[in-house]
Amino acid sequence: MDKSSTTVMAELSLLDKGLINLLQHGLPICERPFHQIAQELDSTEDVVIEHLNQLLESKVLSRFGPMFDAACLGGAFTLAALSVPDENFEKVTEQINSFEQIAHNYRRDHAYNMWFVVACESQKEIEQVIKKIEEKTNLPVLNTPKLEEFYVGLYLPV
Amino acid sequence: MSVSTSQSDALTPLERQYILLTQNGLPIVANPYHWVAEQLEISIEQVLALTKDFKERGIIRRIAAVPNHYKLGYTFNGMTVWDIEDELASKFGNAVGKLPFVSHCYLRPRHLPHWNYNLFAMVHGKTPEEIQHYRSQIKELLEEVLVIRKSDDASQSIHTQSNDMLTSTQILKKTGLRLKRKTA
Repeated sequence: MDKSSTTVMAELSLLDKGLINLLQHGLPICERPFHQIAQELDSTEDVVIEHLNQLLESKVLSRFGPMFDAACLGGAFTLAALSVPDENFEKVTEQINSFEQIAHNYRRDHAYNMWFVVACESQKEIEQVIKKIEEKTNLPVLNTPKLEEFYVGLYLPV
Repeated sequence: MSVSTSQSDALTPLERQYILLTQNGLPIVANPYHWVAEQLEISIEQVLALTKDFKERGIIRRIAAVPNHYKLGYTFNGMTVWDIEDELASKFGNAVGKLPFVSHCYLRPRHLPHWNYNLFAMVHGKTPEEIQHYRSQIKELLEEVLVIRKSDDASQSIHTQSNDMLTSTQILKKTGLRLKRKTA
């Protein structure tokens, strides 16, 4: 199993939960954003800042800041998959992960059991990486680049 | 169009600097944008204006906190995939994207006969039952536009389901997507 799934669930105060829920939706763009957040949660700016720093330190929050649309940062992306025989799974994982252009890679329970995001400088480089993956693994890549985006926005309420 | 095109060339040097500075996060202090202003040697008004402009242009989706799924107990995720009629894909894709429990929703190409699904929607939950429940809700919404494929062709017989859910059993690699510093 995934090593991260054994992570102990965090013990959270009511204020922490309120902060996590509110801040996933986003912060107002103003000089004192935490002051405004504190008012909504019946707290103070200092307490909110202290709790948020603790949540980051304990890794309940993995990041705080602007969420950029990756496509706007330049480059080309695609989601691709492989159908890897179980006996080769470890070897193919190493082969795929060794490409610096592979940003994410997940094992999934399906005939296509390995799904990864390829992030490159250009579309041409994507095609090259996919070709190299096919040569290296001797497996055909299922390439599913996005044609249309309907929604992106993770919200995990607590 | 099948790929995201590069927009980074359209960024001004200041905009690139802003992204490079903040893409790993903002400090959690009373005046986070003052820190940005100091680092970029511009005024706080300029920073706020630039941030709002980025948001309007969709370059910044939002200023937000990203939780660790596992620490919050969200240990299950499912990539639900659907074979829906092409002509109605945009309309129904938008509807699925509006469901509160869907985090990502995209139209992607089919590769027949191996892969007949064109709509992808990610769901997250604390139990396997929870993500199954979300999958059923999406199914209710899509019922009338699901493609029914005949399975008389033996080579296609295992690929004729109209939908599926691929649950993640292991993270094999996870890195952030970052704007790179231009090398001179």
